[in-house]
Amino acid sequence: MSQTNDPAVVAPDQPVESQASSQEIIQVNDLNKWFGEFHVLKSLNLSVKRGERIVICGPSGSGKSTFIRCINHLEAHQRGQIEVDGVELNEDLKNIEAIRREVGMVFQHFNLFPHLSVLENCLLAPIWVRKTPRKEAIDTAMHYLERVRIPEQADKYPGQLSGGQQQRVAIARALCMQPKIMLFDEPTSALDPEMIKEVLDVMIELAGSGMTMLCVTHEMGFAKTVADRVIFMDGGEIVEEAPPSTFFSNPTQPRTQAFLKQILDH
Amino acid sequence: MAMHQPQPDLPPPVAERGALKWLRENLFSTWYNSVLTIVVGYWLLSTLIPLIDWAFISAVFSGDGPEACAPGAACWVFVQQRLGFFIYGFYPDELWWRPNLVFALFALAVVPQFLPIAAAIRKWLAIFGLTGLPVAAYFLIAGGHFGLESVDTSRWGGLMLTLILAYVGIIAALPIGTLLALGRRSEMPIIRGICVVFIEFWRAVPLITILFMASVMLPLFLPEGVTFDKLLRALVGITLFQSAYMAEVVRGGLQAIPKGQYEAAEALGLGYWRRMRLIILPQALKIVIPGIANTIISLFKDTTLVLIIGLFDLLGAVKSTLSDPAWDNVMAEGYLFVAFCFWVFCFGMSRYSHRLEKNLDTGHRS
Ligand SMILES: Nc1ncnc2c1ncn2[C@@H]1O[C@H](COP(=O)(O)OP(=O)(O)OP(=O)(O)O)[C@@H](O)[C@H]1O
Ligand SMILES: [Mg+2]
Repeated sequence: MSQTNDPAVVAPDQPVESQASSQEIIQVNDLNKWFGEFHVLKSLNLSVKRGERIVICGPSGSGKSTFIRCINHLEAHQRGQIEVDGVELNEDLKNIEAIRREVGMVFQHFNLFPHLSVLENCLLAPIWVRKTPRKEAIDTAMHYLERVRIPEQADKYPGQLSGGQQQRVAIARALCMQPKIMLFDEPTSALDPEMIKEVLDVMIELAGSGMTMLCVTHEMGFAKTVADRVIFMDGGEIVEEAPPSTFFSNPTQPRTQAFLKQILDH
Repeated sequence: MAMHQPQPDLPPPVAERGALKWLRENLFSTWYNSVLTIVVGYWLLSTLIPLIDWAFISAVFSGDGPEACAPGAACWVFVQQRLGFFIYGFYPDELWWRPNLVFALFALAVVPQFLPIAAAIRKWLAIFGLTGLPVAAYFLIAGGHFGLESVDTSRWGGLMLTLILAYVGIIAALPIGTLLALGRRSEMPIIRGICVVFIEFWRAVPLITILFMASVMLPLFLPEGVTFDKLLRALVGITLFQSAYMAEVVRGGLQAIPKGQYEAAEALGLGYWRRMRLIILPQALKIVIPGIANTIISLFKDTTLVLIIGLFDLLGAVKSTLSDPAWDNVMAEGYLFVAFCFWVFCFGMSRYSHRLEKNLDTGHRS
């Protein structure tokens, strides 16, 4: 299903429409971040094209989460530029909010709002942030809940769903804002093995629809199927960056080779 | 708000039920348990029976004056005769319909909360109770508008005054306390500083002192001729004091909300106030309902302290009539009446808070 089939195509107040036609939707230049004395992100550079699907992997503590959280400013960076859809990310709240409207995020622990029903979870941001009329928002929400294959759970509360179902709701909730970019931070690593597939299937389908995706994951099968590029991070740096075919068969860096050996063997 | 009820547990098998079985298992399970049961039972009966006799069986409930009472029996005639004063204080008799109307509106907002009525109706009545009711109550009781004769606050008293103090305290302290709690967790150092100082100051001073300062010292600092209603001063004092307590209760709830909730709300593009109002506070306040109920119940009882600045709340009104020479030895009846009134309201609040907790439960938190 393609994006243009969506029932409610929003006409949002795009901050900078002139840039929107450019090829690059995310531009990261010389990104540096410190937690106190600790240099977490060291001079990262990345540019992502519209519709590109990128998988980020690397050992624990290498800064993968921190990196993608910088892209919607859940973490502030200290040096360098991030430009998302033509808007520069800085301390200006207007820019931050403009970018967050266009960037959806899915977390490892779902972070659904437990006091709201599944449907209300999906309605909240469209109604309060996009100012979509409630009726229209409900149509959109049901559309995406169908797309993640749980429309029948719309009136339940998150606490009544399985982990896999919760994560699919979280994906639908992010999609309801009709973002241009989706960020995933280890969306399947809190799930039991039998639920991983149902979430990955939804993500694969989403990738097929032309969504720009940045995905931190260790699901190498997923990376091989959908990624245009795989990025390997270690120690706060991008160590290697390659299409999956070369990344998995011919990694050039010793650190990548060691990492791949570890996770593919286990 | 929508809710769902968990299925009730099935009753235990028949063999496990019944009063006899319960008695055998709980009161007479061993020989020393049996002895204990008999001793305690004897003691209870020997004190309870005379008490019940005094309070109900031999008690005199109605009459025209002290003569109606009998020695060795409760004289509820005292309460009956002075009920008007206990409820309205010095409020003029011919205007009692005004507070009565307020009581009726109050009952309209509160009683349905305990009845099995549609949640939407209960919600609207609750909202009315928190917004429309105080405004209507002010115009009705104070008068001075819409052709209603104005009644000076010095004539307000009794249960009416107790309820006014508690109600205003509660509905002002909750939002102020919530704002203070948010402020104390703010990233802006000035706002955080102000909130910390405010909370720590008001929480560290006894309410009695605050009331004294408000009634005795404040006028000394005000310019000549400027007066400030005594009741209003007491209300401000109580509100600020309780806001500080409420703030800390709410802060406990805010701290219990996982960081992921804040982040998810941020990632969706919600601004600070919407994040708080739509995501964080509904969850945080729900968690601290027991703490809020606790604070509110203690606030309700603390209102009796206004006695010391010369306001005649329920306790003050009853106490002042005890010294009436016409009535001899009615102290127990008077205080029991006060205790009973307080118990009814506090128990009601406690039940309501439990109900609310149950109704708002949406299963495990993710
Ligand atoms: N708020 C914080 N304050 C201080 N240090 C932090 C903070 N968040 C993360 N770190 C540190 O930054 C480093 C990178 O963390 P990050 O969560 O980005 O790693 P990651 O690659 O996502 O790891 P994982 O695979 O375990 O999720 C880690 O060493 C972590 O301890
Ligand atoms: Mg991580």
